[in-house]
Amino acid sequence: MSSFLDASGVAPPPCRPRRSSLRTWRWGDRLLLASLWAAGLGLCAISAAIVLYMGIRGIQYLRPAMLVTAPQASTSQAGSGGFLDPIIGTVLLTLIGVIVVLPLAAGSAFWMVEYGRPRWLGRVVESCIEIVAGTPDIVIAIFGLAIFQTRLLAPFSVTAEGGGVVGRSFIAAGAMMSLIALPAIYTATRDGLLAVPAHMREAAFALGKTRIATIRRVLLPSVRSNIATGVTLGISRIIGDTAVVLLMLGAALHIETQGGTPVLNLLRGTGSTLTSYVYENSPAGEGGAPQKAYAAAFVLLVFVLGLNLLIDFIGRAGARSTGLSVGVAVV
Amino acid sequence: MNRSLSARVFDRIRKPWPDHRAERTLGAVSLLVVAIVLATIVCILARAWPTFQHEGLSWLGRGGNVDRQLGDMFSTGLHPGASAYHLRAWPLVYGTLLTAGIAVVIGLPVALLASIFIVEFAPTRVRKLAIPTIRLLASVPSVIYGLIGILVLVPFVGNHLITTSEKVRMENVVQLTGAGLGVAAILLAVMITPIMVALITEALAAVPRSWREGAIALGLHPLRATLSVSVRAIRPAIVASAVLATARALGEAVMIYMVAGSVAFSPKPSDGLIFVFEPLKTLAAAIVENFEGLNAPALRSSVYAFAALMMFSAFALSVSGYLVKLPLRRHEVRG
Repeated sequence: MSSFLDASGVAPPPCRPRRSSLRTWRWGDRLLLASLWAAGLGLCAISAAIVLYMGIRGIQYLRPAMLVTAPQASTSQAGSGGFLDPIIGTVLLTLIGVIVVLPLAAGSAFWMVEYGRPRWLGRVVESCIEIVAGTPDIVIAIFGLAIFQTRLLAPFSVTAEGGGVVGRSFIAAGAMMSLIALPAIYTATRDGLLAVPAHMREAAFALGKTRIATIRRVLLPSVRSNIATGVTLGISRIIGDTAVVLLMLGAALHIETQGGTPVLNLLRGTGSTLTSYVYENSPAGEGGAPQKAYAAAFVLLVFVLGLNLLIDFIGRAGARSTGLSVGVAVV
Repeated sequence: MNRSLSARVFDRIRKPWPDHRAERTLGAVSLLVVAIVLATIVCILARAWPTFQHEGLSWLGRGGNVDRQLGDMFSTGLHPGASAYHLRAWPLVYGTLLTAGIAVVIGLPVALLASIFIVEFAPTRVRKLAIPTIRLLASVPSVIYGLIGILVLVPFVGNHLITTSEKVRMENVVQLTGAGLGVAAILLAVMITPIMVALITEALAAVPRSWREGAIALGLHPLRATLSVSVRAIRPAIVASAVLATARALGEAVMIYMVAGSVAFSPKPSDGLIFVFEPLKTLAAAIVENFEGLNAPALRSSVYAFAALMMFSAFALSVSGYLVKLPLRRHEVRG
């Protein structure tokens, strides 16, 4: 990263067909050019600083044992255990979210591009996805509480002793997480489909395939990498989200099961994720264990970095990657 | 009988689908998305209704201490009277607008300069490194920004930038710890700048090369050509990016709650420079703070009213972002 900063003083090659020296530039222009470089490299420097700082803190406080021990209630940071439960919680929420959202997002993208009749309905669906994309996560979370507290959806969540429906569980939180990931997956799939040249569809139709057969045999294979990019983006949004976890899983750091059936009790139970663990252990939460918060935040950042690298990798592997726009457009 | 039924169902799914059934199935999936959005709007408005019923729109106004009003709602019982809904939430609205506004004002120039740098002036090798690096900035979870804010920036501001005499002077008005507008706005700016960079670079890259090259051929300096042709052409996209970033900034909850101090104080510019260190609370932060008390009907309805307001403004902002970008379509510069 430091080579970046050193380079800022050096004149860039001006993008002009004929070579021109920086010395002929007016002072105002030179200043402007310098501020262009400063802004671009400054943002990179902030990003690098955050990663470096979290890296240093992570190496300082993270012990391998923390990854495999459950959180303990303790007043001292040495005795409060690790964050196995939050890691399981993060993975579980991601799985539920992706399983719920994938058919929803990919299905509506396929319908939108390949059928999209009647037109007005297509436009309504498109605007609805835009609305979901624009809705803050805290609003999605509080909507989740409202809907999972109804009698109808009571079986999916924790029930309080008095019979009141709390509306909190992994299923409930995962269902809301699917909304967080929906726009990214939908947009990636739709853009992939729109980029498939028309002659591929026409060739399939000419061979007598129906639309759905074309979708399954021709279009699905060719947009697979776009869907993968979308899913990876969606996952990185899910694991980074705090508001939904705080509201819909509660403040308990342990995984608490609900009921007797083996898998269902976990899904209906509550717990925590890495984000809520970081939050609860920071001075803003109840536990004042900043070292644990740093360590967990470092693990979280490693996950996010890994997903970012994965997106780049998929983008490069996919034949139809458009470079800049695939990843950046859907932040 | 049962088995044959399940076998029949399985057979129907496994065999190649007729086209009309596929269309209906995929259409139903799309309708589900529409239904979810409608359910969101209806649920939130229904739960917010009592506040609107008892307070009208005057709950957006000023008057009294909103922290105390929300705190009082805890204890109003399961069947509160109309007076229990008393709420004047202006400090929260003001705090939300102030943080988002300052963040966009800081972030937009940086984003514009950085986008021009990335698209037009960065050497290829720098560009290849800069794009993923800036993208990473957008994908860092907000709780990590909050953690850095609360453990690094807030103590720094509290210990080094606010003098003891200022703390003493303001003691009777509000306690200054370092948590407040400044840290929140800066972190928010860092969070939304990459979004603006993404939108502006996309638009800038879509400007036809020949426009700028034509300007250079006419003797314009490359920098001037960029400013007077490319940037001019994408002005709507720049405004749209600012609008969408504002929508994002308005919705940030956890990070702001962590670093802005949890006092619904309205920072006053008349206090001088110390104004930037005064604490505040946003609508989203108020939801995070009060979601545990949703059993009290009055508090629940107030919290959902905040959510309704946020939902409505996010909706209005994305519509205006779309409208602002319309002129670009006419000139076939996609953005």
